[in-house]
Amino acid sequence: MKAAILHFPGINRERDMILAVRQSFGREPQLIWHKETELPDVDLVILPGGFSFGDYLRCGAMAAQSPILRAVKEHAAKGGYVLGVCNGFQILTEAGLLPGALLRNAGLRFLSMDTMLRVERNDTVFTKGWEKGAVFRAPMAHGDGNYTADEATLDRLEGENLVAFRYADGNRNGSARDIAGIFSPNLRVLGLMPHPENLVDPLMGGTDGKPLFDALAAA
Amino acid sequence: MKAIVTVMLKNGVLDPQGKAIGHALHNLGFPQVGEVRMGKIIELELSETDATAAKATAEDMARKLLANTVIESFKVEIAA
Repeated sequence: MKAAILHFPGINRERDMILAVRQSFGREPQLIWHKETELPDVDLVILPGGFSFGDYLRCGAMAAQSPILRAVKEHAAKGGYVLGVCNGFQILTEAGLLPGALLRNAGLRFLSMDTMLRVERNDTVFTKGWEKGAVFRAPMAHGDGNYTADEATLDRLEGENLVAFRYADGNRNGSARDIAGIFSPNLRVLGLMPHPENLVDPLMGGTDGKPLFDALAAA
Repeated sequence: MKAIVTVMLKNGVLDPQGKAIGHALHNLGFPQVGEVRMGKIIELELSETDATAAKATAEDMARKLLANTVIESFKVEIAA
């Protein structure tokens, strides 16, 4: 798989993502500036974390209107893969590529700590490196990670098995139904709040997040 | 014409900032404060000269950017 990573003003986790992709894919991903109107020929588009546009108005609201998002929507509509982490997940919900929204954390605290995530299904390109029900560690770094949607949408997400990860050791940001990440109906768009790319090397303190990138690289 | 767009979280959506403001007001000596909700106001200078057109434009802007209609509701007022 070939990957491109989108870069918006204020994004700060693009280099972590480049490193994670490079280690698993064995090749350098392309970094695409938000003002581009076309994507290169890639299979996977990644929206990394940070504070795009300073979180002005709402997290990800401005980035969702960037020129490059039209190309991302077309890419997704044609069955392309998209991964949104943290601010990237927020951008995907603001752009309508995933349902729901991310609110301010219920406790108002910015969460900068590890959490345990449970893999809800392992029959997707993103999650097949784990067993179903596997629990792994991922760092959180967010102030607005409280996933919300109306009851009908939450029921639909659960009914159609579109919940990707749930918080397994306590729900610190108030996310509905402990949802930490969700898939699109075709299972090719994934958004999650925690940062798997920050645990892909022993030097980082663990490789808990590596299975996600290895599975994508092998696809 | 000036359009004033008020954006609030929908009823039932958790507003921890509002809650925190309520607690702070209580601590400041205002025990009479009940529920607090916090929103935002966006003022737009529009080149439209017709109030109906200005309102429609501002509502379109609100739906597309100023409010996230999954979690927020908005109202638009036009000032001359």
